[in-house]
Amino acid sequence: MIANNLKHALFCAVITLVISYPILGFNLVARGVDITLTGADATTLVMVALAALIVFGFQLFRDRIVGTITDITRPGFGTHKEPMEENRRARIESWVLTGILVLALFWPFFVSRGSVDLATLVLIYIMLALGLNVVVGLAGLLDLGYVAFYAVGAYTFALLSEYLGVSFWMALPIGALLAALFGLLLGFPVLRLRGDYLAIVTLGFGEIIRILLNNMTNLTGGPNGIGGIPEPTLFGMEFGRRVKEEGNTSFHETFGIAYSSEHKVIFLYLIALVLAVITALVIRRLMRMPVGRAWEALREDEIAAKSLGLSRTAVKLSAFTIGAFFAGFAGTVFASKQGFISPESFVFLESAIILAIVVLGGMGSQMGVILAAIAVTILPELAREFSEYRMLIFGAAMVLMMVWRPQGLMPMRRIHIELKKQE
Amino acid sequence: MLVLEDVHTHYGKIEALHGVSVEVKKGEIVSLIGANGAGKTTLLMTVCGNPQATSGRVILQGRDITRDLTSNIMRSGISIVPEGRRVFSGLTVEENLHMGGFFNTKSEIRKSQEHVYELFPRLKEREHQRAGTMSGGEQQMLAIGRALMSKPNMIILDEPSLGLAPLVIKQIFEIIGKLREEGITVFLVEQNAHQALNLADRGYVLETGRIRLHDTGKNLLANPDVQNAYLGG
Repeated sequence: MIANNLKHALFCAVITLVISYPILGFNLVARGVDITLTGADATTLVMVALAALIVFGFQLFRDRIVGTITDITRPGFGTHKEPMEENRRARIESWVLTGILVLALFWPFFVSRGSVDLATLVLIYIMLALGLNVVVGLAGLLDLGYVAFYAVGAYTFALLSEYLGVSFWMALPIGALLAALFGLLLGFPVLRLRGDYLAIVTLGFGEIIRILLNNMTNLTGGPNGIGGIPEPTLFGMEFGRRVKEEGNTSFHETFGIAYSSEHKVIFLYLIALVLAVITALVIRRLMRMPVGRAWEALREDEIAAKSLGLSRTAVKLSAFTIGAFFAGFAGTVFASKQGFISPESFVFLESAIILAIVVLGGMGSQMGVILAAIAVTILPELAREFSEYRMLIFGAAMVLMMVWRPQGLMPMRRIHIELKKQE
Repeated sequence: MLVLEDVHTHYGKIEALHGVSVEVKKGEIVSLIGANGAGKTTLLMTVCGNPQATSGRVILQGRDITRDLTSNIMRSGISIVPEGRRVFSGLTVEENLHMGGFFNTKSEIRKSQEHVYELFPRLKEREHQRAGTMSGGEQQMLAIGRALMSKPNMIILDEPSLGLAPLVIKQIFEIIGKLREEGITVFLVEQNAHQALNLADRGYVLETGRIRLHDTGKNLLANPDVQNAYLGG
């Protein structure tokens, strides 16, 4: 067995050297105006050699190592084990979720401003991923231009506040509805498409929106973006040091506490939290309603779904529209959080990341998607020192996931419909 | 119940059905037999409106459905068990059945579900199993059960015996007989001509897009031409 692996292992080691040496073994050093290429120091070279050696060793004893690893992970992770009794499981799950939610409510008051800010971003990604999960995970429509709806939500709020002075709370439903409308509009031309073709058209749509925003300089400010987007208010109370709009009061004066810039950050976090929870609950409900089953049926077998009298048009459009709606939600919160948006925030990479979250989390699984959203957003922040290699780590994580857990972090469990209990 | 009048159907420019007339009366089992490529599935799909007939009329329960949308046709008291079963393999047996009763109320679904489990006790045992993990025969039972969930007046079966063991085929045909007793009209499309004609009140023989023969099931079984062509002489 080892003799068989030897050739393969040697090959892998050489590949490792070929890939990593040019990346790590050379440095570009700027000397004045010139840039010269120098070899890296000895330690780097040793590390590269060591890496090749590790790859060699791993490939040589691969069967044994992988065998041990799968043995270790199987009992805890097994997807084929007998499921826990449904009632008990549901009860435990709801307790744990309530606990996490309470924790999430009070947590921001004890941590730094930066963490809360990051957590808000995580929540925005959770909203986005849950929305995309409807389109990709449940309805099985590969959408690569999802970020367009996010952009529509964000720009709706930005433009409404810039030109009409509309507040966050007014813009939130408008942004979401407008995004949903765009989802519906995109849905029509792509109704007949499936798989790769659908992916390409949605990809194009995402780019169209971004380029439109970039070039409609008169309206959107083009690449300069739109700034001065107002923060949300709490029943007419503003969170700034001074009240900007007439008729409003300021939060710290009303409650007679000292002004702190943290109030605003925490308030935004709480709004994002509430909206994310609403998103999760609404989609969870939808999944158990006939429309959710229709999405899944269409994903499983289009012809069979049609033979049961389902209308492909209605089912696909509803998935697109609802997915886009929540992206609009997230976009509005994002605009409010940043205070400034430009087309730069809505590039294809964003779509890819959101899609990666859905795939990593497990298509169709809400808990999985939430976990993945947290992981994908926070890990790069934790690994700031390696920020140069961020995409490399990201890619490696994806590859490893696909090898070991192709069904995602927490694959979707089949929901049993309550009808049974009434029997 | 179902009448096809001089139906022509095209795939692009190619005509697959050259003026087919078929009638299925209420409470009957009518079998349609024919070789590969004769147009059996095309005929069924034309009834379902996908593709639509280019000329002629399709009348279901006195209503012209030639130009109706597939989704509307499938909601008007007719059910189809598509060729190759096409169960939702990722969904459980129960969920598959519930999909079948998509447009019915919860209590109706519960009733039809129990009824299906009576017909197919095997499905009850497998209630929470993913449909894709079952055997071909079980999947075929599920496909029939799913079609029954919408309480159809008429059920169309496209090659229900395809790829199944002889014993399972026998079971399936017994069930089809039972459906007639319940007053459901059955339109059966089969390559398994012997069993299909044996069970049927009347039968049609389709050849390259035209109806060649039309008689009672028994007569067709005895017909030397049919015996030669479809029953192995």
